[in-house]
Amino acid sequence: MTFSVLVEVQLRPGISDPQGQTIERALPNLGYEGVSEVRVGKSMRFAVDAADEAAARAQVDELCQKVLTNPVIEDAIITVEPT
Amino acid sequence: MTKVGVVVFPGTNCEADVIESVRALGGEAEMVWHGDASLPAVDAVVIPGGFAHGDYLRPGAIAQFSAIMGAVKEFADKGGPVVGICNGFQVLTETGLLPGALQKNAGLKFLCQPAELRVATTNSALTSAAEVGQTLHIPINHFEGNFTCSPDTLAQLHDEDRVVVTYVDNPNGSMGDIAGVCNQGRNVVGLMPHPERASNALLGSEDGNVMFTSLLQSALTNA
Repeated sequence: MTFSVLVEVQLRPGISDPQGQTIERALPNLGYEGVSEVRVGKSMRFAVDAADEAAARAQVDELCQKVLTNPVIEDAIITVEPT
Repeated sequence: MTKVGVVVFPGTNCEADVIESVRALGGEAEMVWHGDASLPAVDAVVIPGGFAHGDYLRPGAIAQFSAIMGAVKEFADKGGPVVGICNGFQVLTETGLLPGALQKNAGLKFLCQPAELRVATTNSALTSAAEVGQTLHIPINHFEGNFTCSPDTLAQLHDEDRVVVTYVDNPNGSMGDIAGVCNQGRNVVGLMPHPERASNALLGSEDGNVMFTSLLQSALTNA
């Protein structure tokens, strides 16, 4: 089966996010008040062939640990759906 | 004669400067291609600056899987001196040979400027010929040089005297003003500043030479 995968990479809580901070600081200048906790990450989409959803998820977990994220500073939110 | 292997990835751009700096001090140096699975007979390894594999995904993220890195890890595990400069530091943290990570600079500016450093320990492959507290003027040239780690790791680095050099005026937000760290064996060192760009009076500073002198001494001990 082929599964469509979405990996959202975010900086771990407590890790400073210079991009998020810069965006947050810029928003009031544009007239947007009340926006806080801006965190910038990146998302990756790809397809995985696996026997079932659990196997697909296990493979993506491993990929995230090994290459797609730097576990020292980043976390991944993984979404796996059958196509 | 002591020989330094300088690893070249696609996108590395400081290899010639490192080789020149080593040769000027009487050492031998040769380039080592990232796709080779083994190191030639060298006494030390330098991973120079640049943009290995285009810095795609994250700086050093793809480079950690280049064939040569297996040999570099083995060399380091046996106590061989390994130094990562700038992008090389990023490669060594991604590889897990050094702790922490290099985040985007606080302020989000690419910084290319002189930096004033302070030697924090002389117990490392890169600073054995220096003095603790010595001030060195060595340029930085990076966008992702903001050293980041967990509070526990930071405490451990300080407890174990593994912070090698610090910034006098922190330019990039690095935790603990850290510009360079070493591993527990003290033979693997990474730093963001470029000592090869401070290796001749014509470049404005010769302060980087004490680092290459230290490296050649460490290499000699290892040889």
